[in-house]
This record gives sequence, C-alpha cells and structure tokens, in this order.
Amino acid sequence: MSPLAAILFRDLRIAVRVGGGALIGVLFFLVVVTLTPFALGPDIALLQRIGPAILWLAALLASLLALDRLFAADHQDGSLDLILMGRAPLELVVAAKALAHWLTTGLPLIIAAPLIGLLLNLDGRAEAALVLTFLVGTPALTFIGLIGAAIAVTLRRGGLLLAVLVLPLTVPVLIFGVAAANAAMVGPVPFGTPFTILCALTLASLVVGPFAAAAALRQEME
Amino acid sequence: MRLSATDLACRRGGREVFAGLSFSLASGEAMAIRGRNGAGKSSLLRMVMGLIRVAAGRLALEGGDPEMTLGEQAHYLGHQDALKPSLSVGENLRFWAGFFSAAEADIGAPLAAVGLEELIDLPATYLSAGQRRRLSIARLLAVKRPIWLLDEPASTLDAAAQEKLGEFMRAHLAGGGLIMAATHGVLGLDGAQELRLDQSPSPQVVKDGSP
Repeated sequence: MSPLAAILFRDLRIAVRVGGGALIGVLFFLVVVTLTPFALGPDIALLQRIGPAILWLAALLASLLALDRLFAADHQDGSLDLILMGRAPLELVVAAKALAHWLTTGLPLIIAAPLIGLLLNLDGRAEAALVLTFLVGTPALTFIGLIGAAIAVTLRRGGLLLAVLVLPLTVPVLIFGVAAANAAMVGPVPFGTPFTILCALTLASLVVGPFAAAAALRQEME
Repeated sequence: MRLSATDLACRRGGREVFAGLSFSLASGEAMAIRGRNGAGKSSLLRMVMGLIRVAAGRLALEGGDPEMTLGEQAHYLGHQDALKPSLSVGENLRFWAGFFSAAEADIGAPLAAVGLEELIDLPATYLSAGQRRRLSIARLLAVKRPIWLLDEPASTLDAAAQEKLGEFMRAHLAGGGLIMAATHGVLGLDGAQELRLDQSPSPQVVKDGSP
C-alpha cells in the first residue's frame, strides 16, 4: 500500500469508529436545517426563496465542525512527528487527509441535501442544482479549512481560532454557491455563470490548500 | 555509514539550548545522550529528525541514500506512542508499516517479537502503557531504517521488555545500524559512546565507545 493510501484508509477508518465524528457533521447539518422552518414559520414562499442560502450556511458550519481535529489529533499523539519523517511529500499527505475528511463530512451532506430540501419546499430542479453546487463547492470548504487547521494545530482550543480564520476565506465559495443555486431556481443570470466561478474557486483551493497547510505545519512543528 | 555533527548549535524560542556540539557515530555504534532536564536531549534528537532547524554547525550523514533526508532514513521512538485508540493493534502497526514503506510489510513477526501477537485485534485503547510502548517498538522492527532515535526508550517497560529492547538494539547494531538514545537510566549496550550535553564549556563525548 502506498503511504498516501495508508493515510487515507486510516483516517476513514478512524472517522467511522466510535468517537470518530463521521456522522456528527451531517447530523448537525440536518438539525440546523430542520430548525429553520420552525424559526421562520410556515411561509412556503419565503422558505423556498432562502432555502439554498440556509442549506449552504448549514453545510459551511457543518464542514468546520470536525476540522480542528484534522491535524491536532495527530499532533497530540505524536503521529505528526512521524508523518513528517515519511518519504511521501507532506503536501500530498495533507491532501490525502483532506480527501478523507471530505469523504466523511462533505459527501454525507451531499447525500442528505435532497432529503432535507423537501423541508424547505425546494422543487426537483432546485434540488438538482443545489446538489451540484454542493458537490463542487464542499471540497473547497475542506481545502480552505485545511489551512486554518494546520495553523491552529498546536493550540489547545484551536477550534475557535480556526472558525475565525477560515470563515472569512470561505465567503467567495458561499456567494457563488448560493448564487448558482438561486440562478437555477429563479434566474435572472444563467446557472453556468456563478457555477463556473465556483468550480474555479474549488480548483484554486485544491492547489493552494495543501501547499499552504504543509508550509504551516512545517513551521508549527519547529 | 557515518553520522557526524560539527559545532552544532540549537536554539529554541530565542534561547540557546546547546552549542559547539561535535560527535561522530559510525555503523554499528550507539550513543547515549545524557544531561539534566532541559539540556537539549530531545531537541538534539528532533534536530536529527529534521524537525528543528540547525541553528549553526553541520549535521551530515555519509554513506546514506543521497536522495533522502536524514529524517527519512531514521526511526523515532518518543514519549508519545503515535497510536490511535480506536484502531486495533494490528491496524495501528499495519498503518505505520504501510506509511513508511511502499512494499507490503509483514507485521506478524514484529508483533510476535514484542509479544503482542495475541492482541492483534484488540483496540489500542485497552493497551497498558508498557504494551503501547512495545507496539511502538514493533514499528521499528517492521520497517528497516538505518538510524534509530530513541527518547527514553526504556520508560514504562518492565524488566523483561527492557531486556528484549536491548536484544533488538544489539541486533540493529549488528546489522549495521546506528542508535542515538536520550536516557537517564542505563542503555544496556556495551561500548556505547556517551554524550554529555550539560558539560561546560560545551557538550562533549565523555566516553568514546572503545572498550
């Protein structure tokens, strides 16, 4: 098994074991979205209008939940020291960890989104568009969050700093994710315009995230 | 293979931990690093691992793989065991073996060597401190790397396990390996060099290893 596959499968295994937190994100997502209709009241038109925004906000917060443990757990038990002594480039190791994180927190959101969309009175077309924006946009949330997780690795209560560092950086993803979902529902701009920008943001974060996170980790371990 | 340091200095948080450190360690040789708390024993090991920058001087490995860094040719056994409590004994070892070498590593023999083969399916959370340490030692046996960096390797081990560790270290040295061990106790190796970090004016090798 290659070192990267070893990291990927280890993180997946830990996530689905007791205390691993694979389902915490998606449960949090479901709870937040379910609470929204109760808070806003039974105004179906309003729910439909703000539905994509609610779902995107909930997805953003849910993907941040387990992120602070991404490197901190490995740092506390000494695994990170050994990982730095491996022959696999740290950038790729970091990307493998991010992939494992996305598979256990991002992917469940995408599966849950169509079901939960019913609660917000979204029609089929809107749900399809929303799932598509989630599929493209949630990796960007993970890979941007990766940088914050690496910077906060040595801090005891890193989760708070992580949220403050990462949330502002995710604003473009949020804007174009919601814009694409809205465009598919009501227009006036075509779906493709904001969606293409969302794709570009994700591609950029896939490149920048691992390099920035690896650099931050090397600095932190000094 | 020869690991040598010339006028090595280490700085942590702006404070000089040690300076003017020189030593030379060849294949088949071991070195015990001694010094009071805070003298820089662990820092020296982490410097060889490549985790701490060399503030001054030179640290070089002759005869190693020129494509790899020093840390990539070394094993580290530290205070922390780098084990995941939710994974089983076998899964923990198989992960590190897979991470450190591309080839399919055999984990049965190393586990048997440290006496944990019957616990292979037990989650690591149920292991005692000594068993966790033995599982970490199995990692050193599962993947071959020429340099062993040990930080208080015998802590938490019982007498029998310390004896076993001594055997593993002797076998490693006989196979041409190098060992650097930070310890307050006895290393259990004859003819090991002894490096004292709290010697003034500069750290020095007080015993050169020749019997």
